[in-house]
Amino acid sequence: MIDILVSGLLLSGTYALVAMGLNLQYGVARIMNLANGEVLVLGALAAFWLYTTSQVSPLLTVILVIPVSFIGNWLIYRFLLTPLVRRSKTQGALEVDSILATFGMSFIMIGVMVSIEGGFFAYKYLSEPIQILGSTSSLNRLVAFIVALIIGGGLYLWLNLSRPGVAVRAVSVSTEASGLVGINVPRMSALAFALGGTITAVGGALISTFITLDASIGVVFTMKALIIVIMGGVGEIRGSIVAAVILGVVETAVATLVDPGLTLASAYFIFILILLFRPQGLFGRRAT
Amino acid sequence: MIRRSVLALAAAGVLAAGAALAQDVVKIGAIAPKTGPLAGGAVVTQWPNVQLWVEQVNAAGGLNVGGKMMPIELIEYDDKTNPGEHIKLAQRLATQDKVDFVVAPYGTGFNIATAPIYGKFGYPMIAVSAITDKMDELTARYPNLFFTLGTTTAFVDGVKEILMEQRDAGVIGNEVAMVNVADAFGIELADRARELFAEAGFEIVYDKSYPLGTPDLSPVMKGAKDSGAKAFVAWSYPPDSFGLAEQAIIENLDVNLYYSAVATSFPAFGNAYGGKINNVLGAGGTNVDDPKIAEYRQAHLDITGKVADYWASANTYAALQILQQAIEGAATLDRDVVTQYIKDNSFDTVMGTLAFENQVSHTFWSVGQWQDGVFRGVKGSNVEGAVEVRAKEGWSE
Repeated sequence: MIDILVSGLLLSGTYALVAMGLNLQYGVARIMNLANGEVLVLGALAAFWLYTTSQVSPLLTVILVIPVSFIGNWLIYRFLLTPLVRRSKTQGALEVDSILATFGMSFIMIGVMVSIEGGFFAYKYLSEPIQILGSTSSLNRLVAFIVALIIGGGLYLWLNLSRPGVAVRAVSVSTEASGLVGINVPRMSALAFALGGTITAVGGALISTFITLDASIGVVFTMKALIIVIMGGVGEIRGSIVAAVILGVVETAVATLVDPGLTLASAYFIFILILLFRPQGLFGRRAT
Repeated sequence: MIRRSVLALAAAGVLAAGAALAQDVVKIGAIAPKTGPLAGGAVVTQWPNVQLWVEQVNAAGGLNVGGKMMPIELIEYDDKTNPGEHIKLAQRLATQDKVDFVVAPYGTGFNIATAPIYGKFGYPMIAVSAITDKMDELTARYPNLFFTLGTTTAFVDGVKEILMEQRDAGVIGNEVAMVNVADAFGIELADRARELFAEAGFEIVYDKSYPLGTPDLSPVMKGAKDSGAKAFVAWSYPPDSFGLAEQAIIENLDVNLYYSAVATSFPAFGNAYGGKINNVLGAGGTNVDDPKIAEYRQAHLDITGKVADYWASANTYAALQILQQAIEGAATLDRDVVTQYIKDNSFDTVMGTLAFENQVSHTFWSVGQWQDGVFRGVKGSNVEGAVEVRAKEGWSE
């Protein structure tokens, strides 16, 4: 029982890292970023590459990844996505355009990554066994979980207590209304997009210490992130974290008590239940 | 209108004839994943060998086709690990690029799915990364298809023999923990293993599958550990072969025999886990002490900058050597003649002398073991240099 809780919670840390970034990008900037998983894998590639070529600790890479991915994602939003935002008349149109644009972007990123490293990003870092409440787990998963906690908590406080955070939340509720009260909507959207991309890339660098990734695996993470974001409610950081915990614990419980073969099925089963009974997500506002 | 098309046809005919006469390169087409789920394996096993072979042949002046030295022009495409895409590209290779020969695809499903289209154009396909028990049926249906890496049963048999030997030696008991990845490959091997292990009197005390790409394999490993079995067998794919090893180390899985299938033989596996995976068994194997293999591995490293994997790399290169020797031996680019030549002759390759019996070569390694930084073959068919299996003793460096 404790095994399930510990493993499940640690797994949910991974899921939260995967989903929080997309939540900001989709919830605030209204960009359904299908290249989310590729950004994650880019972060992982940076960690792998720096570790294997120059023995740089992935935790140090995380710090390097923050400014690089923030600027990179800012530029992507500013030059590739802003024209789409300007052009689209409705949110629906923007979603369709951004899905197509970021889908294309994901192929470019995969191509770049394959040219750097086409094989598996296999390396080991902090894969030391540790005991948590008598249950064996690994240090790298615990580190990822703690960082997920810090990011999630920090993000929640920032969104609720700081001025720019409140502005970001306002944009996520209504772009028109927040524009009317003097919020610089394009700027806040760019900030949210860049921040989201940064969180995803940081998550990738951490996840690569315990999951062996390769250049093409991004789509798996995009799908997981999508499920969590929709489950938790678009634009709701709390929702994403709760959904990640539910998914992590349920998958581990099913794998331990029933059959590991049914983990995916159980994840999608919960997803369907939420879509049926609470389509706006656990913490989502009902669309008006 | 009719006259014009007749003229166009005639012109095309003249052009084609001109091209055939003026041909001074051999066009070889290669389609395999560079992206998608199988890319991680293909860029280790398939692509570097194609590159190595083409560079070596061209450095020697090309293929000797009936006394004329013809360099190879390689045309390569990424099938994105999508069989539909592969078939479209194969059509393009045959009709637009008009390649003379092809390199067989990567992956069992891909070789089977594309056998009809390559067969339609008469290309001999010397499949390497394809393991199935349906070889007789397939080769009877596709006279152009050759297999070189062994059958599902041979793979399970290799593991079963090791289990029996270790049981007789008192290293393991009668209980086996077995897991498999829930896709065609893992399911087929696990099904076969259930029958063969039961016949050999083993009891499978933990028998679970997990979906491809499972992010957390700790419940699987905890279950296997709790079963108390001293032998662990995983019919796994990359990346879960890595994930299982990682969890086994974390959980300090107490077994005397540990086997995981695909990717265990990859140099990346050894690099990632170092001494911790000493005495881990896996699919494949090679004899690094064989001078031919040693020379091949050195050339692979020099030309591609990568260490060759310890399994299908050598077979992949050998398949290309067979194609080369068949073209040179038949002294023609006529595909039917070359296909017949492959069936009728034996070939001198890095894997030793290879010959086909009903289009299947029975020279291959089935199980290997990491021993002090090198993955050595311990079980195989018609191969020399198998070393003794060692017991797994803990997971520390």
